[in-house]
Amino acid sequence: MSYQPIKFYQTGTFTVGNRLLAPEERSVQASSKRFNSINSGHRACQGCGEALGARYAIDAAMEATHGQLIAANATGCLEVFSTPYPETSWQIPWIHSLFGNTAAVATGIAAALKIKQKKNPQAQEIRVVAQGGDGGTTDIGFGCLSGMFERNDDVLYICYDNGGYMNTGVQRSSATPPAARTATTMAVGPEPGNAFGQGKFVPAIAMAHEIPYVATATVADLRDLEAKVRRAMEFRGARYIHILVPCPLGWGTQSSETIKMARLAKETGIFPVFEAEHGELKSALAIRRQLPVEEYLKPQKRYAHLFGKQPNVAVIAKLQALADRNIRKYKLLETV
Amino acid sequence: MLKQCEGSHAVAEAVALCRPEVICAYPISPQTHIVEGLGEMVKDGSLADCEFINVESEFAAMSVAIGSSATGARTYTATASQGLLFMAEAVFNASGLGLPIVMTVANRAIGAPINIWNDHSDSLSMRDCGWLQLFAETNQEALDLHIQAFKLAEEISLPVMVCMDGFILTHAYERVDVPTQAEVDAFLPPYEPRQVLDPAEPVSIGAMVGPEAFMEVRYLAHAKQMQALERIPQLAEEFKQVFGRESGGLIRPYRCEDAETIVIAMGSVLGTLKDTVDELRDAGHKIGVLGIVSFRPFPLVAVAAALKNCKRFVVLEKSLAVGIGGIVATNVRMAVTGMGLKGYTVIAGLGGRAITMKSLTAMLDKAGRDALEPVTFLDLDWKAVNKQIEREKAHRKTGPVAEALLRDAGIVGARNY
Repeated sequence: MSYQPIKFYQTGTFTVGNRLLAPEERSVQASSKRFNSINSGHRACQGCGEALGARYAIDAAMEATHGQLIAANATGCLEVFSTPYPETSWQIPWIHSLFGNTAAVATGIAAALKIKQKKNPQAQEIRVVAQGGDGGTTDIGFGCLSGMFERNDDVLYICYDNGGYMNTGVQRSSATPPAARTATTMAVGPEPGNAFGQGKFVPAIAMAHEIPYVATATVADLRDLEAKVRRAMEFRGARYIHILVPCPLGWGTQSSETIKMARLAKETGIFPVFEAEHGELKSALAIRRQLPVEEYLKPQKRYAHLFGKQPNVAVIAKLQALADRNIRKYKLLETV
Repeated sequence: MLKQCEGSHAVAEAVALCRPEVICAYPISPQTHIVEGLGEMVKDGSLADCEFINVESEFAAMSVAIGSSATGARTYTATASQGLLFMAEAVFNASGLGLPIVMTVANRAIGAPINIWNDHSDSLSMRDCGWLQLFAETNQEALDLHIQAFKLAEEISLPVMVCMDGFILTHAYERVDVPTQAEVDAFLPPYEPRQVLDPAEPVSIGAMVGPEAFMEVRYLAHAKQMQALERIPQLAEEFKQVFGRESGGLIRPYRCEDAETIVIAMGSVLGTLKDTVDELRDAGHKIGVLGIVSFRPFPLVAVAAALKNCKRFVVLEKSLAVGIGGIVATNVRMAVTGMGLKGYTVIAGLGGRAITMKSLTAMLDKAGRDALEPVTFLDLDWKAVNKQIEREKAHRKTGPVAEALLRDAGIVGARNY
């Protein structure tokens, strides 16, 4: 049976029925055989981007590994809301050790699995995913992450980036964007919010390790996210996917607007969505209709100090410049 | 097979005979030769079916060990000093999760000032981390304790530290009897984990526990160590059956019958103490030595029984609980509560300061006359210490303490080069 190529925006709503798609393009989530790796009933906030991202990412990884997957999880929102003993949302083998060691724990799991496989080659192969928030990844877990990357250990690490330490009450991390208000970068003084010229973009650092696969994604493009997880599982060695997951609590946004916020981050160029292999940029998810950064900033209370009686045009211009730089650097306006 | 080899080499051979499946290595003196030896065996294929991972820190070493042990692999690592402190968070986590990792601690001082030489500050700083801690007296015992450690750890599902004196044991060439693979296999069964990460039977390990059960979880960790208190002497006996020699156990008394004074210590200094006690016995002193092999669990009952007929005890320890005195001594005092014994704490050998028979003889002679201070710092240079105290009284800006002391001693001050 043949299928006509369909572009998702043809309907104008970014949605398209699975029935119109070739089987390999159908969403894992839309399948009745989806794994429900993280089950309902957990305690995430309404509109939590991380819960959504984790559900899509881990189910896609489960599909790619035929259910043979072990997950290591950093301390953080995802760990806390999914597993207060004796309850657990995880339908897969799952371990939480510490805040800063998840990549290393995953390395240990991969090493043990490698030996088990060697001793029993007939057994079904099992693979490893590690996951953490931006604090657990870009700050406290960064040493272990870089070690796992440079040794090219067979681990897919997924970072759910909501731009701060939301679990402890919205403090700044090295992934908090400039000008954003957090509990430790208060919206007071001559330069309110987080400082410019600080922070790090770990996907670029992952690329510098020249690991087989690096990708970014958002919860606005869930098919793209699923495809990237599938692609990641086709590689051996260290892989990294960095997913932007809006946080209604930390960002001060409506819980109904999580996906919209993620889409605005992508369409303004604030968050570049791309894929890289062995340190080289391979493709980017093009901006369909470029928007000014105000569209993204304005709905968020963490940027409210930029939009008083007099909008802080100087700071907004600096943020626009950062978005423009992303657009140039990752070729976000070019159709690949 | 009898062999003349370095202590580290003996331990590497013992660990290899235990068929580890994952070894994580990060270099720190004086444990480095152990993991170097194991790395070579994995690389040349003589240690088969084992992953050897060069990690980026000790924190990662213990974290990798946590992951592999939770996936059902027999896991080993080694560290010392700053390395043990750097992995501290993961050390507590490994025992909290009940993972039977075995780790050698090549005992070394903790800075600042940085010092690579031997004392027991590192593992004793981790005394409450939930790991079992066994101290080796000789290289032979270090070798033997590793074989016992894997069995003990896996039976009770708790991690075990085998502590051996850095340099004094790790770098000393001694005769050791290396067992055969068949002997070790007869003693140590394959690892059967109590909990394992397996897609066939998914579990969540390490989730959050609130006040409603946390105390019970902690109590059970304590109860497991109490079980180990019974199991450790049995294991030493089983070990003797297979290997034909005495190693391990909780405590090791030496000439304690009829002793009025008993000196208590851990590790390689027991050898020097036994020689000293032999001489003192010859001179008519009623004195004995009590070696503590198992520091965690601490054998309160066994220590009390060993001390029940003496008049006084002296704890000679290579560690200092700053602000109170001894660490081992505090534990021993717990054991002898209500026994009405005189007790002395002697801090010795910090940062590799040699513990000589001459100093021990003088100190024990004083102890025998009950003329010893409650807390004594063996061979402390009081002149140097007092000079620095005076200097700090007189001046505000006195600079780095260690430099000042060495300058006074003429070691830095010469500057003749």
